[in-house]
Amino acid sequence: MNLLTIVIVIGYLLATAYLGFRGYKQTKTAADYMLAGRKAHPTIMALSYGATFISTSAIVGFGGAAANFGMGLLWLTVLNIFVGIFIAFVFLGGPTRRMGHHIDAHTFPEFLGKRFNSRLVHVSCGLIIFLFMPLYAMAVIKGGAEFISTAFNVTPDVALLIFALIVAAYVIPGGLKGVMLTDALQGGIMLVGMIVLVVTTYAMLGGVTEAHLTLAGMTERVPAPLTAMGHQGWTSMPKFGWAAPGMAPAEASQYNLWWILVSTIVMGVGIGVLAQPQLIVRFMTVKSQQSLNRAVPVGGIFILFMTGVAFVIGPLSNAYFHQKEVIECRILDEAVLMDPGADGKAKLSILEDGASEEAKARAKRFVAYRLPGEKDDQVPHYVLFTPAMKIERGAEGADKMRPGLIAIARSVDNETTMQGNVDRIIPNFVNSAMPKWFGVVFLLTLLSAAMSTLSSQFHTIGTAIGRDVVGQFVNKPEHTLFITRLGVGAGLIIAIVLGKMVGDNIIALATAVFFGLCASSFLPVFLAALFWRRMSRNAAMASILAGFCTSAFWLVFINAKTAGGLSICKWLFGTPTLLPASMSPTWAVVDPLFVALPVAAVVAVIAGLLTKPMDPAYADYCFGGELPGTIKPLATSTTNSGTPVTK
Amino acid sequence: MLGIHDKWVFLAYSLSILSTVVCVVYGVFSWNKGDEPVKQEDVQWMKEEVEEVEDAL
Repeated sequence: MNLLTIVIVIGYLLATAYLGFRGYKQTKTAADYMLAGRKAHPTIMALSYGATFISTSAIVGFGGAAANFGMGLLWLTVLNIFVGIFIAFVFLGGPTRRMGHHIDAHTFPEFLGKRFNSRLVHVSCGLIIFLFMPLYAMAVIKGGAEFISTAFNVTPDVALLIFALIVAAYVIPGGLKGVMLTDALQGGIMLVGMIVLVVTTYAMLGGVTEAHLTLAGMTERVPAPLTAMGHQGWTSMPKFGWAAPGMAPAEASQYNLWWILVSTIVMGVGIGVLAQPQLIVRFMTVKSQQSLNRAVPVGGIFILFMTGVAFVIGPLSNAYFHQKEVIECRILDEAVLMDPGADGKAKLSILEDGASEEAKARAKRFVAYRLPGEKDDQVPHYVLFTPAMKIERGAEGADKMRPGLIAIARSVDNETTMQGNVDRIIPNFVNSAMPKWFGVVFLLTLLSAAMSTLSSQFHTIGTAIGRDVVGQFVNKPEHTLFITRLGVGAGLIIAIVLGKMVGDNIIALATAVFFGLCASSFLPVFLAALFWRRMSRNAAMASILAGFCTSAFWLVFINAKTAGGLSICKWLFGTPTLLPASMSPTWAVVDPLFVALPVAAVVAVIAGLLTKPMDPAYADYCFGGELPGTIKPLATSTTNSGTPVTK
Repeated sequence: MLGIHDKWVFLAYSLSILSTVVCVVYGVFSWNKGDEPVKQEDVQWMKEEVEEVEDAL
């Protein structure tokens, strides 16, 4: 990356900031469109929604997961389009908009709080969002940082800091609330970037069928640990099954990948999108169901070219790296030895002189190189050496290497462990396979994807603590506004610190955990709020608590990946998970959503039927009737100085 | 089909495209459906939303 790249990126950021500024001044928010009596163009509405929906997490994190797990991730694209666009726009958008306007709700917690006339519901939802949305924001920031790290050849920590500064510069002064034109511009850049990516990749690999056939022929290259988990090739679904209780771990684990893929990645995110607070609020900013209907086609096409492309390109990157990659470089050292640690899982470090015989025996060989234009004082790149590697020495440092690795092995270097980093696969692929000019386009694509999502996320985090929690107890708008701003800052800092603390391979997991948590806690109550008049406030609270607690318990004490990572279970009980031996070991890889969402739904129905129904007069009011004089509704907490604090 | 032999992956590949086609067809056939009159409460909601954005700046 050269000076021109930096100039283009800064130019893009300035253009975005300028559009955002103009947007505020010249009636360009969704609300302004409506107030001006005009309709936002459906393409702008759909691109704006899509850009908020799709982030660097989807492209870099889930694209990388697809490179590892295979094209089975396309089931998530099916759900993204059919559930996240079609069902959301056609069946949920209209009722949400009508009810939200009628009960005067501006945030998701406020929507549920007012619908059930319960401050407890309102505050609980606000707290859950404030505490856990930074996890998702962290995933989005890390997705951008991984690309910057690869593109600019800086360490992950420096990349995280650079990206955090860009985010802060965008989010804090004015990017808090999506200005439709800015979002739409970002969505447009994302669309162009991904279309170029998929066309170029298929062309490079000989066309659609040829590319898939090449990938299908590489099944024997799947790493042994993935094969043991049921991986059957990048164009196949993993092995499906359910381990019997007491089955030997090696035998039981052959079904793990299917359950991780389907229950966590596909269902967790695919269904979880319906309960995403920052997306639900978007429905309230449209003029009518007609606007939503008209946005459906562009929304569908946009998602296909975002996640559909990412989940095809990811697996195909294996074919590229294995068969096509040629690195034109200056080789510095053909035999750099790196130590993966005694257990083989430590961050790789260059073997020093005088290392023990044990360390020498387990060390792995790498080739150190620099790309054309890189200076001598820059940290070199490293690529794993295998017998498949071909090296051609040229004159004056014009060397060529064909590493012949698969995508995950190509991600292994001095910044990772020998397990590699799936989050680096897409950045590596773009930087290696695409022309240099596309690297800049893709960087803008990722910046756009991150900015549009983060602006909504941080707005939601800020209002969750300011308006939805503190605002319920403090009646002074200026205090609420101050807490909201403080909340945005705190959310940003928490997201950055989390990004620094967590290890590799985290983006898709963190996103899926947050989406699953939202679905389990909010989805049954949200659907009941829209379609079941009888549902009482106690039933709503019971369902939220049941979904949240079941999800949290499963994450901390049952799910092998999250419980193992958090280590709370180990610290409390001395065992990695509390899953009893009498139960199938497959439960340890089943996502919390699979258990918590049904529990929350059953609790909602049973409690809804057993508890005293919502006052019919108040229920009528929520569904469009007049507010009965005998009932006092929840106050509208507001950050504005000019609008009423109570209805 | 298209070099994908696993029927479940091929189904996902096809359904991704088919779902998009459904979205396009639905949009075309519903283009003029669902228009709703703007009520006073809609205008009030939008005013509050705009004020909130301006205050946040």
